[in-house]
Amino acid sequence: MDWGFIFERTFSTMIGPEVVIYALAALGLNIHFGYTGLLNFGHVAFMASGAYGLGVSVYYFHWNFWIGLGMAMVYSVVLALILGIPTLRLRADYLGLVTIAASETIRITVRSRVMKPITGGAEGISEFSKPFYDLSPFELGKFYNFGPFRYLGRDLWVLVVGWTILILLTLMVQQVMRAPWGRALRAIREDEDAARSLGKNAYSFKIQSLLFGGAIGAVAGVVQVVQKGSIQADGFNPTITFTIWMILIIGGPARPWSPIAGSMIYWSLIIFVENVLRQLSPQTRETLENTIKLSDINIGQMRYIIVGLGLLLLARYRPQGIFGSREEMALDDR
Amino acid sequence: MCFGCGSKVESSGDDFREFLENTRLGNVLTNLSNRFQTLRKIFIFALLCIFLSLFGVSRTSAAESDLGISGQLKYRTATGESVFVTGVTVSVEGSGSVTTDETGSFRIPVPGPGEYRVLLDTSTLPDTVSLKDVSRDFLNVNLSTNKDQVVIFALQDGSKVASPESTFALRRVVQLSVEGIKFGLYLALASVGLSLIFGTTGLVNFAHAELVTFGNLMGFFFNYYGFAGAIGFLAPLPAPLGSGSNLVIAAALTMVAGGILGYGLNRFIFRPARRSGVSLLAQMVMTIGGSILLRYIFLYFFTGGTRAYRSYSAQRANEFLGIFLTPKDIASMLVSVVILLIIGFGLKRTRSGRAMRAVSDNRDLSESSGIDVEKVISQVWTTGAALASLAGIFLGLDAVTWESGFRILLFVFAAVTLGGLGTAFGALFGALIVGLVINLSTLFIDVELKNMMALLVLVVVLMFKPQGLFGRKERIG
Repeated sequence: MDWGFIFERTFSTMIGPEVVIYALAALGLNIHFGYTGLLNFGHVAFMASGAYGLGVSVYYFHWNFWIGLGMAMVYSVVLALILGIPTLRLRADYLGLVTIAASETIRITVRSRVMKPITGGAEGISEFSKPFYDLSPFELGKFYNFGPFRYLGRDLWVLVVGWTILILLTLMVQQVMRAPWGRALRAIREDEDAARSLGKNAYSFKIQSLLFGGAIGAVAGVVQVVQKGSIQADGFNPTITFTIWMILIIGGPARPWSPIAGSMIYWSLIIFVENVLRQLSPQTRETLENTIKLSDINIGQMRYIIVGLGLLLLARYRPQGIFGSREEMALDDR
Repeated sequence: MCFGCGSKVESSGDDFREFLENTRLGNVLTNLSNRFQTLRKIFIFALLCIFLSLFGVSRTSAAESDLGISGQLKYRTATGESVFVTGVTVSVEGSGSVTTDETGSFRIPVPGPGEYRVLLDTSTLPDTVSLKDVSRDFLNVNLSTNKDQVVIFALQDGSKVASPESTFALRRVVQLSVEGIKFGLYLALASVGLSLIFGTTGLVNFAHAELVTFGNLMGFFFNYYGFAGAIGFLAPLPAPLGSGSNLVIAAALTMVAGGILGYGLNRFIFRPARRSGVSLLAQMVMTIGGSILLRYIFLYFFTGGTRAYRSYSAQRANEFLGIFLTPKDIASMLVSVVILLIIGFGLKRTRSGRAMRAVSDNRDLSESSGIDVEKVISQVWTTGAALASLAGIFLGLDAVTWESGFRILLFVFAAVTLGGLGTAFGALFGALIVGLVINLSTLFIDVELKNMMALLVLVVVLMFKPQGLFGRKERIG
């Protein structure tokens, strides 16, 4: 087994594009679930809204890439309002029902034949991100080495921009949550009636929270599709949402830096496990194949089994995650 | 927790026994292990059965023969002469397209058994030829194992076509309504449990769709391997035990297995969570985790392909008063009606049924009037899961896949919300209405967009009548 290779992959992943994208998404979800207690089970819909806000503008309307970025925000706002207005007056679980339904509906709709002229259907949209890469100071096709890390210039440019956005947004969230606005959100999470009796308009605060977190989710979606260079409807499936949940809960909800920590831990763990499994000796692999049906395809699916089991156990035994505090997460919605 | 304490006491010598007898922790552990032993044994056995069966399922090699969908395009002229239509593009969604040859024949290879949609590109038809029913330029085909499926597009000589009659439209409405009722009945079976679990525990079980999938897959397993055929040395046993069983028996076995799974989920996961004060929000995150865990375990062992039950998978639709239904559709509709009636009767008339509704209505009041709430919750989980797996079996008559439950999750949510979360009868009626609305909506919008209708129902209900049709008006925010 080539441990050098495994560790190189693991370390490269630790600050790689996936970590940035999922940390951004989890940062948005942290505002929803961590700070406000909103049960958003369709966060991937916000990522899709960002991605298609950009993609549709460029592909269908032939607008500029930069206008597309603005449209990504507009789409996420519209989505947040559609989801929030009917549900946020109600108990927390209704938002969960509607968001999970909406995220699947959006995926199925954008990939349908009817929408093909607008969204590119199942084939998706590509070639929209050139203006972004034109700004790159790095040579796109060249490999750059930094100690244990090795990245293509193209990825490096995404990483520089992505990490900058991520750290700026995290700092912003940290400040905002210390401000009166953030404290009001947490008060609503702890006891909505009490917050209301103190004159806070809980409904309005919850909508604002959904908008803010949704916009950050849309940023994550934009970074993802720009990094990939294509927009695929099926990439925005519910498992992404649950991975984001897992990341948030590993790090610990209601902590500003926990999405980044959770994302690093999750991705390095997954990549490490997958690479170890893939590099097992042929005999071991054969035994595993015969006993527990471990094939190359199944190794890829194993990460979602880990996500499911992890979510189940974390929510049961340690809902505050690694860095969170128990008091912050002692929520009840009734 | 201490799994398998019982056996450890025997094997690991005096130290451990001393530890168990003399320390406080030891006493607690022994007590715990004694208390849970029987139940745990049952649960572990059930889990073992489930996993073994999944192994069994994955053992089947899906028929990877050269399956295909074929047919011949021809029409009769006024003189009764057959004319082959060449150069017409026919396609199967997801599997490519071909052009008909000089005898009007075509054959499109497909990857495996399952549901396919065959499309005829009407713009490539010669000008004088048209479809008899212009709305049927596509056919939904159910491909069973190892057999080419022949499809027929009814064509006619275009020179004598009148404008499409309105009876077609009426017939289509009726056909869609019947199919909507069929789908609604399946949804009702899947929804009752979700609604009652919510009513009794306040928990929205986001993993309910996986119980449907569980039924779908277990039906396949029992159908092919019988009760224990997956365990090697039991395979040669006669029909219901080894080597596969009739689908009816398989369905009964599946309901039992589903009930055990539901019971186990409550007894070993959610009841302890409730007891140790895990908040409802965290419990819902647990159901989400459970949902994705189960779904990917299914995918892991069953793989991504679509399969079919051994019997009844391919049937010819019979026409009855202009409605096309296969015998299995009629049978499954009748069975679901009967079962739903039994459920309705049980909820209204039997002691435990009334207790279920009482706990759903007001948990504290029922508890103080002497109802054993935990027992009721356990019954609700068991029956709810058994009904969900029956819904899975019925869905499996069309296709057996690892995500068959997840595909209807949206509709189930729309149904229970429309009827009113927590009300059993609401779920039944909500499901029928959602089934009808979804199917009839395809008159106006593309089939692929029918999911949007479910979301629309959900949003509209929550906007204007969040307690649902049958729910009591109370502050739910």
